[in-house]
Amino acid sequence: MLLSMTGIEKSFGGVPALRGAGIEIAPGEVHALIGQNGAGKSTLIKILTGVYRRDGGEISFAGHPSEVLSPREAQEAGIATIYQELNLVPLRSVTENVVMGYEPKAFGMLINWREAHRRTREILARFDIDIDVTAPLGSFSTAIQQLVAIARAVSLDAQMVIMDEPTSSLDAKEVEILFGVIRELKSQGVAVLYVSHFLDELFEICDRVTVMRDGQTITTRQLSETTKLDMIADMLGRNPDEVAAEGMTEFGGAAAKRGPVRLHAEGVATGPRLKRFDLTLHEGEIVGLGGLLGSGRTEAARALFGVDATQSGSIEIEGAPIRLEGPAEAISAGMGFLAEDRKAEGIIPDMSVRENLTLALLPKLASGGQIDFGREREIVERFIRTLGIKTADMDQPIRELSGGNQQKVLLARWLATEPEILILDEPTRGVDVGAKREIQAFVRDYVKKGFSVVLISSEFEEIVEGADRIIVMHEGRSVGELTNPGVTENMLVSALAQHGEGGAEWTRQ
Amino acid sequence: MLDESAFDLRRMLQRNSASVTVWAVLFALIVFGLLRYENFGSAYNITSFLNYNAMFIAIALGMCFVIMTGGIDLSVGSVAAFTSVVAAYLSPYGIQVALPGAIAAGLAFGAINAFFVIVLHIPPFIATLATMLGAKGGALVISGAQTISVDWTSNFTKLGMENAAGILPWTILIVGVLAVALWIILEKTTIGRTVLAIGGSEDASALMGLKVNRAKAFVYILSGGCAGLAGVFLASGFGAGQPLEGIGWELSAIASVVVGGTLLTGGLGSVPATVAGALLLGLVFNILNFENGRGTISFSAYWQMVIRGGFLFVVILFQARLMARHQKAAA
Repeated sequence: MLLSMTGIEKSFGGVPALRGAGIEIAPGEVHALIGQNGAGKSTLIKILTGVYRRDGGEISFAGHPSEVLSPREAQEAGIATIYQELNLVPLRSVTENVVMGYEPKAFGMLINWREAHRRTREILARFDIDIDVTAPLGSFSTAIQQLVAIARAVSLDAQMVIMDEPTSSLDAKEVEILFGVIRELKSQGVAVLYVSHFLDELFEICDRVTVMRDGQTITTRQLSETTKLDMIADMLGRNPDEVAAEGMTEFGGAAAKRGPVRLHAEGVATGPRLKRFDLTLHEGEIVGLGGLLGSGRTEAARALFGVDATQSGSIEIEGAPIRLEGPAEAISAGMGFLAEDRKAEGIIPDMSVRENLTLALLPKLASGGQIDFGREREIVERFIRTLGIKTADMDQPIRELSGGNQQKVLLARWLATEPEILILDEPTRGVDVGAKREIQAFVRDYVKKGFSVVLISSEFEEIVEGADRIIVMHEGRSVGELTNPGVTENMLVSALAQHGEGGAEWTRQ
Repeated sequence: MLDESAFDLRRMLQRNSASVTVWAVLFALIVFGLLRYENFGSAYNITSFLNYNAMFIAIALGMCFVIMTGGIDLSVGSVAAFTSVVAAYLSPYGIQVALPGAIAAGLAFGAINAFFVIVLHIPPFIATLATMLGAKGGALVISGAQTISVDWTSNFTKLGMENAAGILPWTILIVGVLAVALWIILEKTTIGRTVLAIGGSEDASALMGLKVNRAKAFVYILSGGCAGLAGVFLASGFGAGQPLEGIGWELSAIASVVVGGTLLTGGLGSVPATVAGALLLGLVFNILNFENGRGTISFSAYWQMVIRGGFLFVVILFQARLMARHQKAAA
């Protein structure tokens, strides 16, 4: 075995995060690590990479007991890591982000930038990326940044590469490139520890899978001998048959009874990425926007919410034409928007769960400048309970919560203001299976009360099962519509395929 | 594929849109001064201007590095006052003792700041505020709240009052060498790039395995050392250690750094542009003095400050506009 971790213990402030967890990885093996948010995957990885110190247990790497005390030591021992939250420096150049800490030097002192740029281009070429490496990393798309992070890790000549959710911001083509690199690593005898919520892709790339739950490693299986259902059942700690009966998502794909028209958008355009968008949204209805990355899904949401100014077209709410100058007006017109990038646009890390949850609600909670704390706690308690937010108490800083629970708090923030029209852009991205189902069930309950939801998701399963109607988006236009019940993933794929060859690629989700 | 060897002026200007402004305004002011005032381009004005501003450039250089990590050093003015007193006390032993002695005192204050920030995790603003008060008090204690006259018989005052080879003031020569060295360190060495990476994202830098603490210690100690150098220039140029000087110097230094296009949040910055920023700030005073000298209008010292503030504001506004436009163009 290249890596063997046994009986790992770790607590934070007396709360156990890992209880006797262990994992074994062979050279050249691609090993998947899955589990719900908060199951302890990130903690296990951070102990391995020296970010956290373990409280107990044994680690041996490459035949020696391992005592890494910092990320640097882990890198030098041959363990490279790509963290889930992009850990790069957007202001600095691509080259710096790839070679920092390992710059080619002239006279053993001065950085040889020409060589550094050359080496960076060479490394990126393996990923089919040809960009200006002297430009700031932040000027490129998230997908490129993600690939740069991977390129950096791979370039360090590691014996093991840890990838934490590497595909969450990649499109199908980029995922294929990544898989190509993983196969190449594998053929060189490099082990890969692969953490992902996308269970389907594990079958394509991984050899074995270890499932974690509640700080313990539950089981390790050969992927060739397991099914998606088994894995989900292990993660949730439930019986596979029970899971099968309920379906993979909580939406159920039912068409709700639809009320009068609440919002009508016609011919909305905001620029080259949104050219013509039509939408009719009824009361008590979930409308999905289905399309590939770059089809204008997010741009459509931004236009509806007044973030991007409309160049042409019209939007009516409750039959009255409205011209939104910005999000503030959209909110007072009864809209809410859960943005895709929760880290940048959503949470305030140092504020508590309670404060984050009621941020948008404060005007309603206050009278004469006094906040009604009793009512605030009551509302927060209700959402923590109904959404199953895992937090020590409501005054815990939100940054200490797992990604999925942060997402639930953000969702709760909007739900608490009870917007008539709620736009959800990737509400379950990076969220584990259990939390996903809870969020989906809550959204369905919400529209049952007569509210309307616009749902954007890159997971076709979620759109197909979740939306009452699906607007098919392609290259900045709405090009078709599918109505539930009865829509299948294949129908959506073929609807997209009719409008461009890119559609057929969409088989990942 | 981009051809790296081709000199792409447009791209270069875009990348450096922040520092382009400061150079352009500096150039414009020089041309204005040369055309309007007879003695503006005289050797005397140039050397005395550079000699007087050398200490401000030194402080701005140290500040620039601290700010690039996302930190701040408010103690520089007090440290310069303290070290000017140290230099004055050491002046009888000659510049060869007074210069290193005063710089060592500055480095020590820098080390204290580094200890507060890195080991005790005190926010830089608070940590250096404490050092600022401490150094100011210390300067008053060791001087007995008196200006300490230097020894005029030793070679100490040569540094601040004479020119090297009769051409360039020693002070500006030393600062010039320091600026070039720091420029190379920033652009060409690991520690320089680490400084910028920390300002961009400290967490990411640590996870990349960069030596974050070492780089942070470097910038605070460097800033202290630069303040120590400024203290030597002060004592040598004015013939006395001055415990009450240095008030507001930290703000001038921050202004120079910001005018030079360095982001206050860190991650972006330039050594030459910081020098240009410090020169620009000094030049505004120089020009106002010439304007008063012509006798047509007379600005009091108070009005000079108001004008300098207004001028700074306009430069920074212009720069912000330019940067925003280029970022838009790049996106």
